[in-house]
Amino acid sequence: MSGPASGRAQLEVSDLRVQIAGRHGVVHPVDGVSLEIAPGEATGLVGESGSGKSMTLRSILGLLPPEATVTSGKVVFDDTDLTRLPRSRLNKVRGAKIAMIFQEPMSALNPVMRVGNQIAEGPLIHLGMSRAQAARRAIELMQRVGIPDPERRFRAFPHEFSGGMRQRVMIAMALSCDPELILCDEPTTALDVTIQDQILRLLARLCRESGTSLMFVTHDLPVVAQVCHQVAVMYAGRIVERGTVSQVFSRPLHPYTLGLLRSAPDVDRPGQSLVPIGGSPPSLASPPAGCRFHPRCKFAEEDCKVSDPPLRLLDASRATACLHYERCLDEIGADT
Amino acid sequence: MSTLSVAPAATPVRSRRGRWYRQPTLMAGLALLAVIAGMCFAAPLLTSFNPDTQNLQEPLASIGQYGHLLGTDQEGRDTWARLLFGGQVDLRVALLAVIFPFIIGTILGSLAGYFGSWVDAVIMRVIDIVVAFPFFVLVIALVFVLGSGEKSIYIAITAVGWVSYARITRGEITVAKRQEYVLAAQSGGLSSPRIIGRHLLPNVITQSIVYAMSDIVQNIVAIVTLSYLGLGIQPPTPDWGTMIANGQNFLTTQWQLTTIPGLAVVITGLALSLTGDGLADLLRPGSS
Repeated sequence: MSGPASGRAQLEVSDLRVQIAGRHGVVHPVDGVSLEIAPGEATGLVGESGSGKSMTLRSILGLLPPEATVTSGKVVFDDTDLTRLPRSRLNKVRGAKIAMIFQEPMSALNPVMRVGNQIAEGPLIHLGMSRAQAARRAIELMQRVGIPDPERRFRAFPHEFSGGMRQRVMIAMALSCDPELILCDEPTTALDVTIQDQILRLLARLCRESGTSLMFVTHDLPVVAQVCHQVAVMYAGRIVERGTVSQVFSRPLHPYTLGLLRSAPDVDRPGQSLVPIGGSPPSLASPPAGCRFHPRCKFAEEDCKVSDPPLRLLDASRATACLHYERCLDEIGADT
Repeated sequence: MSTLSVAPAATPVRSRRGRWYRQPTLMAGLALLAVIAGMCFAAPLLTSFNPDTQNLQEPLASIGQYGHLLGTDQEGRDTWARLLFGGQVDLRVALLAVIFPFIIGTILGSLAGYFGSWVDAVIMRVIDIVVAFPFFVLVIALVFVLGSGEKSIYIAITAVGWVSYARITRGEITVAKRQEYVLAAQSGGLSSPRIIGRHLLPNVITQSIVYAMSDIVQNIVAIVTLSYLGLGIQPPTPDWGTMIANGQNFLTTQWQLTTIPGLAVVITGLALSLTGDGLADLLRPGSS
């Protein structure tokens, strides 16, 4: 397969807006999000609950809940805008070219269908395999994701598997058609830490081996640090900072990112006290004027309350939406 | 416990369900059904009498009289033979009359539940109209219009009976489609018919199957009622409803003419509901 030329984005989300019309008026959980995923790279999308990260992910494949709609923006993949694609053509992308892994491996598997058949379903419908071929492929995939005794486990039902094993099944399903991109919606949140680590390593290794890109939605910063190359930070429906993982984690250029990093424990700096971010996320029904983070920001100035800062590109990979990002650097400098 | 218990292997492969033959309810129901159906369909071996042959020499024979095991009716026909051959007719019609509403109701219900919006609205309004009439009133009216006979029974019961299956399936699918495995199936690019057929229905069909067992009972009662009213199985074909109707004039002298076919209906109903309950336990995923 001739992949896209290097340097060109494999998936390009531009100015995406998602609207939910509810009883209390119109809400935009995703409000002008743009991001690019380079081929073969892992991109993390972090933010707290309700920041719109899962909605962004789900709108890529047109899997929004019925009350939500994409009102503007594009999701370009293989030179086609997925948001404009009819359902029948979208189904040829889903699973085959872009696969998805879900948060709850307990509920994301069909409880009354044999695990092997669930893995074999993708190859059966997308790759035109016969039942026997698809079954062989499923067994091979189960082996690849480290499920012991795959021939026998093929016929097992999901409830006979542990959480970690179920997530391995989900990964096998996602890989079943050799997709170009895998979207992960908090795939390890429901697992305990040791299993989480195993699953992340497995996922990262398999994607590296097959050159599959990853988009990783999570609120867990260490997970992003472990798996991703690029990271985008979301707050109240917008991306507030973007860059490589090492850049963003060592030199955050947005006070929200700084706050997130300081509120999470870091094994490399034991004994450091955790600093919570004061206040709570704004109501999306009536977001604050100006920068959406300003009511919680200790660097906020008058201009933050008035002008709505766009995401500004600082260099090729680095962008921030903070008007006074130098303050973050000063703060880190003062710390160390 | 004093000793540290060692945790069992992380994922023991258990048998998914209790073996079907270990379900006492199901076994009892199936055994009873087998006996009833076996007797009805082995009727030629169990009686030497023809159920339709009248013998005006021996009308209203008592139990055991003239070699008639359960006596005879007012036209001298052997009650035991009529009971067995009548059972054949009633069981066959009841079983067939449950299949059509089951299929139609399940399909319409899953469409309404899965797609929602106008599909749901249209199907639900039709259901409301059908449900507005009492079951028997509508069935009797339909059979009356269509003319009596087996075919009319099928049509009438299907036209009325599908709504129950549609409502059950719709309700179950409305809930089940919010499960993450459905989202996962959608993200895998599966078509809607495949998601409904392969993923949703296997998860929700249990309720309908269990209901179908009690529906067969209801159908037997419906057929018996229709025959009792002279709208169902046409004489001289034997049938439990006609037998009950004909026998009631002689209830004080020959009680068995009504009571025996009535008992047959009750026992068949019992067998079917036991089977239904057993199936419900068996088909519930994760139960052992």
